[in-house]
Amino acid sequence: MTVEATPAPTAPRASAGPPHPFMEFVSYFSANRGAVIGLGVIGVLAILGLFAEFLAPFSPTQTNSQVFLKPPVWQAGGVAGHWLGTDAIGRDMLSRLIYGARLSLLIGFAVVALSVTAGTILGLIAGFFRGIVEIVIMRMMDILLTLPTLLLAIIIVAILGPGIVNALIAVAIVLLPHYVRIVRATVIAETAKDYVTAARLTGASNLRLIVKEILPNCAAPLIVQATLGISTAILDAAALGFIGLGAQPPTPEWGTMLADAREFVLRAWWVVTFPGIMILITVLAFNLLGDGLRDALDPKLKR
Amino acid sequence: MLRFLFTRVSLVIPTFIGITLLVFVLIRLIPGDPIETMAGERGIDAKEHARLVHEYGFDQPVIVQYGYYILRVVQGDLGRSIVSHKPVIEEFLALFPATIELSLCAIAFALLIGIPAGILAAVKRNSIFDQGIMGLSLTGYSMPIFWWGLLLILLFSVQLGWTPVSGRIAVLYFVEAKTGFLLIDTLLAGEFDAFRSAVSHLILPAIVLGTVPLAVIARMTRSAMLEVLGEDYIRTARAKGLSNFRVVTVHAFRNALIPIVTVIGLQVGVLFTGAILTETIFSWPGVGSWLINAIARRDYPVLQGGTLLIGSIIMSINLLVDMTYGLINPRIRHQR
Amino acid sequence: MPHIRTLSALAITATLFATPLSAKTLVYCSEGSPENFYPGIQTTGTSFDANSQIYSRVVDFERGTTKVVPGLAEKWDISADGTVYTFHLRKGVKWHSNANFKPTRDLNADDILFMFERQWKDSHPYFKVTSSNHSYFNDMGLPKLLKSVEKVDDYTVKVTLTAPEAPFLSDLAMEYAGVQSKEYADAMLKAGTPEKVDQEPIGSGPFYLVQYQKDAIIRYKAFPQFWGGKAKIDDLIFSITPDASVRWAKLQKGECHVMPYPNPADLEAIRKDANVTILEQPGLNIGYLAYNTTKKPFDDVRVRKAMNMAMNKKAIVEAVFLSSGVPATNPIPPTMWSYNNAVKDDPYDPEAAKKLLAEAGFPNGFETDLWAMPVQRPYNPNAKRIAELMQADLAKVGIKAEIKSFEWGEYRKRAQAGEHQTAQLGWTGDNGDPDNFLNTLLGCSSAKGNGSNIAKFCYQPFEDLVLKAKSISDQAERTKLYEQAQVIFKEQAPWFTIAHSVQLKPVRKEVVDFKLSPFGRHTFYGVDLK
Repeated sequence: MTVEATPAPTAPRASAGPPHPFMEFVSYFSANRGAVIGLGVIGVLAILGLFAEFLAPFSPTQTNSQVFLKPPVWQAGGVAGHWLGTDAIGRDMLSRLIYGARLSLLIGFAVVALSVTAGTILGLIAGFFRGIVEIVIMRMMDILLTLPTLLLAIIIVAILGPGIVNALIAVAIVLLPHYVRIVRATVIAETAKDYVTAARLTGASNLRLIVKEILPNCAAPLIVQATLGISTAILDAAALGFIGLGAQPPTPEWGTMLADAREFVLRAWWVVTFPGIMILITVLAFNLLGDGLRDALDPKLKR
Repeated sequence: MLRFLFTRVSLVIPTFIGITLLVFVLIRLIPGDPIETMAGERGIDAKEHARLVHEYGFDQPVIVQYGYYILRVVQGDLGRSIVSHKPVIEEFLALFPATIELSLCAIAFALLIGIPAGILAAVKRNSIFDQGIMGLSLTGYSMPIFWWGLLLILLFSVQLGWTPVSGRIAVLYFVEAKTGFLLIDTLLAGEFDAFRSAVSHLILPAIVLGTVPLAVIARMTRSAMLEVLGEDYIRTARAKGLSNFRVVTVHAFRNALIPIVTVIGLQVGVLFTGAILTETIFSWPGVGSWLINAIARRDYPVLQGGTLLIGSIIMSINLLVDMTYGLINPRIRHQR
Repeated sequence: MPHIRTLSALAITATLFATPLSAKTLVYCSEGSPENFYPGIQTTGTSFDANSQIYSRVVDFERGTTKVVPGLAEKWDISADGTVYTFHLRKGVKWHSNANFKPTRDLNADDILFMFERQWKDSHPYFKVTSSNHSYFNDMGLPKLLKSVEKVDDYTVKVTLTAPEAPFLSDLAMEYAGVQSKEYADAMLKAGTPEKVDQEPIGSGPFYLVQYQKDAIIRYKAFPQFWGGKAKIDDLIFSITPDASVRWAKLQKGECHVMPYPNPADLEAIRKDANVTILEQPGLNIGYLAYNTTKKPFDDVRVRKAMNMAMNKKAIVEAVFLSSGVPATNPIPPTMWSYNNAVKDDPYDPEAAKKLLAEAGFPNGFETDLWAMPVQRPYNPNAKRIAELMQADLAKVGIKAEIKSFEWGEYRKRAQAGEHQTAQLGWTGDNGDPDNFLNTLLGCSSAKGNGSNIAKFCYQPFEDLVLKAKSISDQAERTKLYEQAQVIFKEQAPWFTIAHSVQLKPVRKEVVDFKLSPFGRHTFYGVDLK
């Protein structure tokens, strides 16, 4: 479920002239209202996640047999203190949502970190060494891309066993091909250029070439793809949780909370509605940010 | 030209073998004993267990099992379900029309709304329409569709009572399955009430499944249109005094169509991922929910065969899109 | 009608619920797809429900009871030593027909023999067709019990057993013993498609199969020539609906008439609905948390007692079972004979639990696992939620429990192998005898190896009582022994007994004479619609 970021065919050059590239980036970025909003929302979510212990009124796992399935305070039957109501076994919804923010952000970043690292390495290898290595790696990525992401993730989780870490690994594997493709394409484009040939002739080692000359050129498309990847990761991990293969109860993961709440769909709208809204807001924020970054970093659109 | 077709097709073969291998190996790795699952609640004694393991060939080396598997796959035999004991291919073919019907309706919904929305956004670039449409489409793109489905059920089925909660058609209608597509079968049978029932069952799942493609198509249409609208010939057409409407619909849109069609083709995989979730929520009897059940029941042959079939179908569609694109656009042909 | 047509959106729903058929059609919202149409290899209630409408058996259970009544056999004689059963078959029993097969003869002794031999003799051409795993036939011990099955004449079958077996007739009334047509089987074998027999069934039961679409629908019609007389309804439809809330929504809208396994959360609303009644019957079952008594720290009875006192059973039952279960004290359900009413349950008392833990050498608690089944069972609607509640309670006395779960087949296997420290499980009785609970679940012999005693509880005083009770036939005496055994059970606390669940079946008011089966089955012959 990812819009592939177009790898920048011509990477920004440092010698582009007066406005410093970073300043240029900032001015483009801040002109994009959506992206700024996205960044703001992510900031708020990050604060919620970081300071969950102080912000959440209750522990996310503390049950209370006095308040099973109570509606939010503004509705008849609501209980003071439980702002967004309670779930089937008397846990505070608001607190679980706040802790869920921590979890979802962690999942998003961890998946992308894993995926980008592995993807960059594989992409560099494929693009730099070419030949049979490249064919094998790229065919494998094709296979991963051919199977529907969720089906593949489900099979991987079925092997590893349900759980948050395994779901995370599964989603990371599913996202891998995008990064491999971007890095490989950039590497191939760059190695054909004169400066790399020149560096090679002066006796630069392969590793040095990769790290010093080629890698920086992948950075812009990778950053864009990674930001969009976070939203995919959060969404897929939640979907796995919803099917019962992701985070396991009592972990306050939003997808898992939704799965748990499904049986109350006719009776308690709040347990069904809030976790979904949180997923939507978070994913939307990352997509806004990703779009903004792409526009600001992609020179093609700079007219 | 032929060479282009040949290389494209030959690229697919290793991918196909890779998929069989991947599917086969992955599924062997899933913990859990299918024989034990087969025995159900009551368990099974060791002797009987050993006999069945042997009968199903689970006691042979994995590589031998794979060999036999490939041999049978080539002959079109994907094995039998451990649960129902029916051939996997037969079960798949019985359920696949339901998935296709749902997916086609979802795509139709996405196109019907996505393309006009995208065009409007492009024509009124940076207006309130543009911003609204793009904002909505990004929201649609970010939608957790399993939750979206629940919300729609809650609103339209439970609160308003407009649409049925789940299934494909009201059970009271008995329509002979000629094509497997209920919309067609009901019309062939001339039962218009049944047709209406089928449509009313289809609306919510199609909307849910179509949401993400709709967002993608709207965005793609907009950017393709923007690109085309900036071209010289459009300016020429405008200069000739053609009406704005005509310029947009006839000249610009026709040229923007290529990237749009490509995007639709590439949505097949996304669509299937969505189908798994949508079918689960709406108890839609298609291959998505079939596969989810197969995982829960450790039905290896179904999981294997089903994944393989779906992988192959997606692969073929991608290939088709790829080739059409290559045919239309000669520049692609000469790239490696 | 024309004015309705103008409101297009409403018209769709308005016509949806209009019945296009004038015949009496009963719709049952079933919970899943049947495995196939050969009851001999099935193990799930879902499959049995789909099959018992189609096939007849030699003998039957009277609807709503456990009493054995004549089926295809009009009457039978049992020899004095209890080893020879002679069945006299009903004459003129007609078979269904379908596109592949038109029967030329009535049911006779050959068909009965086919039913036995197909499951019994591995040389039989049909033994391996579809599957060779005839679980119930094997579970009931029939391969060893049967000495011979002979055809005396077309309408007389003689079954000789190796030893007398009182429940033999009940065994034959179970679904796995559904009789298929030998003539059909022979024809299909000849045609080279033997598996058709199990996919496109021909039976002699009250309904014949018209259409089956996996995960969607099973459609039956009443068989006019059924030997017991045509069913009161004309059409029977199983609308396959896996989601419990959706089943309820359909029942509420009148899209189906009977539904199994309601969601506990919906019960309150169901009870309020004037168009629906809930039929209730206490189930023959128990859900429990077993402590692995061979593993530290649960080898110490004080720890087990402390655990029992630390968990708030009432709250658990209220939150998870709602009104579909009663808190359990003893390992056997209250409706079973010998249930000991004098046994007091361990009170919910976290302070006392802490004290007891300190005595046992764990003043700061300890860490343990806590297994929860991944699936809903009749005796436990949501093991994970129960585990969450237990975990929260245990945390209050310093015990850190980690919830674990596996795929269901794997779960049972691992629990029976004793890999857990504490694990939830449960049991539904087969025959209504306390031995089926106390010995099967808590006896020493099933504590060994992969037995179903997952507490691995083997305590001599308890074992002596249970074994003695098994060996005598006087029920009053047995009752006394079992009552004592229950007292010992509570003292030793190998389980935290959670609840006995109640069988609940929401049924619409227009349904007449639907009866709850003690075995949890659903049969629709004899049911009518107002």
